[in-house]
Amino acid sequence: MLQIKNLHAIVEEKEILKGINLEVKPGEIHAVMGPNGSGKSTLASVLAGNPKFEVTRGSILFKGKDLLEMEPEDRAREGLFLSFQYPVEIPGVSMVNFMRAAVNEQRKYRGEEPIPASDFLKLMRDKRELLGMDSNLVSRSVNEGFSGGEKKKNEIFQMAMLSPQLSILDETDSGLDIDALRVVAQGVNKLQTKENATILITHYQRLLEYIKPDQVHVLYAGRIIRTGGPELALELEKRGYDWLINP
Amino acid sequence: MIEQQYKDLFQQFRSELDANSVEGMNRHRDAAFDRFQQIGFPTSREEDYKHSNVARAFDADLGLNLRNIPIPVNPYDAFKCDVPNLSTHLYFLINDRYYDKPLANDPLPEGVYVGSLQRFSEEHPDIFNAHYGLIADYSDNGVVAYNTMFAQDGFVVYVPENVTVEKPLQLINILRGGVDLNVNRRLLIIAGENAHVKLLVCDHAVDDVHFVVTQVTEVAAAAHAEVDLYELEENSLKVTRLSNLFSEQLEHSHVVTSGITLHNGYTRNNYCFRILGEHAQVVAGGLAICDRKQHIDNFVFLDHVVPNCTSNELFKTVLDDSATGVFCGKILVEKDAQKTQAYQNNRNLLASTTAQMFSKPQLEIYADDVKCSHGLTTGQLDEDALFYMRARGIDKEEAKLLLMVAFTRDVVDLIRIDTLQERLAMLIEKRFRGELMRCGNCNVCK
Repeated sequence: MLQIKNLHAIVEEKEILKGINLEVKPGEIHAVMGPNGSGKSTLASVLAGNPKFEVTRGSILFKGKDLLEMEPEDRAREGLFLSFQYPVEIPGVSMVNFMRAAVNEQRKYRGEEPIPASDFLKLMRDKRELLGMDSNLVSRSVNEGFSGGEKKKNEIFQMAMLSPQLSILDETDSGLDIDALRVVAQGVNKLQTKENATILITHYQRLLEYIKPDQVHVLYAGRIIRTGGPELALELEKRGYDWLINP
Repeated sequence: MIEQQYKDLFQQFRSELDANSVEGMNRHRDAAFDRFQQIGFPTSREEDYKHSNVARAFDADLGLNLRNIPIPVNPYDAFKCDVPNLSTHLYFLINDRYYDKPLANDPLPEGVYVGSLQRFSEEHPDIFNAHYGLIADYSDNGVVAYNTMFAQDGFVVYVPENVTVEKPLQLINILRGGVDLNVNRRLLIIAGENAHVKLLVCDHAVDDVHFVVTQVTEVAAAAHAEVDLYELEENSLKVTRLSNLFSEQLEHSHVVTSGITLHNGYTRNNYCFRILGEHAQVVAGGLAICDRKQHIDNFVFLDHVVPNCTSNELFKTVLDDSATGVFCGKILVEKDAQKTQAYQNNRNLLASTTAQMFSKPQLEIYADDVKCSHGLTTGQLDEDALFYMRARGIDKEEAKLLLMVAFTRDVVDLIRIDTLQERLAMLIEKRFRGELMRCGNCNVCK
């Protein structure tokens, strides 16, 4: 589904990613861990097509297509979803209009008619209940005045609405209390199928108690320095990153 | 000197001017003329007109219809108003003249007078003379002096005390002419004690000639009165609109204005609010969407004379192509006006690298126990918001449009007529989509 080869990326002339190699297959869950500033969020931003980052070398194939050639909106329509570390507040744009536009743009891309109003409202209600979100949140402006936890839930809500093939969750667990974390993790697990894949970017092992990864990667200084199974996350929890960075 | 031409015209055609107007209006002309001779039209040499050289608009060879030659127009043909959409009492001014044919309006509450300024001055001379020309101060405003010299008719709304006009009133200003024209129009709105009235004024140019329009609006809100005045400009590029609104309000009154510029040529809107009674409130909104070489200048003067009053200004501008925007907001809190709350907000969005915005807040505060604030930003669309929306599959252009519509939202929210809010939100979206062509029809009613 996703093949990253020798990926280098810069932001403001500073090289952050220095040769990432990663392959994700359908049905898999990958965890990307690492200390602050190692390049985890940059990787997520580059995958989603944030224009602030520039890829200088390497390639990314998504479902066999050259991802780097695609505009951010086309990546999303192809089934890539980024749960933002810092979801953006958009005053004046209601969640309902925002989601309707997003859902319909994806349908248009697939050559489908716009979603009928009643189906859309039902979809909204179902997914909202899945995340245990308050009904008034979806009638408000996008993320405006949402608490940190509500914003993160809202990201997963959007993910549920759009049912992507590849989800990248960038620090979705940070800022969540234990109950919210459980709800978010349950949401992610319910959405996981044999056909889609997830990349979890996280600092802590905590999230991985709820979502079982197939592979755990340790990112440091722009490179993946270790890959292992779920047991690697447990070891990191006990020993920190130092033994990997300064062996 | 071009100005001289208008002075000569005034003297030469004085008898025609008077003959086609009424004594109540004629009696103000001499003093206005004296003042105009001293100050003339404002030019960009004056600080308050730095970015709007208003005098230049009069350089063109303009006709004036002083003899009131009838201009054939059936406003119902020109504007097939589908009233159920926006249920209003509907009136028309053709250039500066009240359209005096019977209109299919529901009866108004007893004592309410809506219609021709001329006729009102004859039927209610006491009320007319107590207001007309007394609120609109032309001592330092050449355009208002000029308007007072030449205005011959206009529109009046009079609501006596304790009367509420439930259904909004709507005035459509139609500009018609076969040659380039100067039109000088007057509006007078008088709300007695505890009277409530809402008025929507729409500007539409029908013919493809140059119009230079001066409009002077006087609003008098007595104690506990509520006056809503919304203006919607949809003119062609060839129209120069020089509007001067003067509002005076007494204790516990509430005045809400909003000036929406959807399509225009060259626009200068002056607002002057004087708060003369305690516990009065004023809300002044403004929104302009300009592109090509359109010019919008909103100039607001807000005078807190007495204590315990609240004012709230929100002006927004969206500029594309080579459009120019100007905002100046003066707030004067006088020495006795303790416990004043005055808020001013000016937010501007530049959608191109060639659009220009000039913005200037000016707060003069002479009382010490007040809450005053102003906020001013001029910038581009939020890149983070744009990326966030694109990351959800929303097309870049569509995302920009949603953000621009969102930017205008809070100005629309100030309007206290729900159907007009909805209508306007739709028109704004159409405007951004480029589907709203230059005026030619009444988009509010249609």
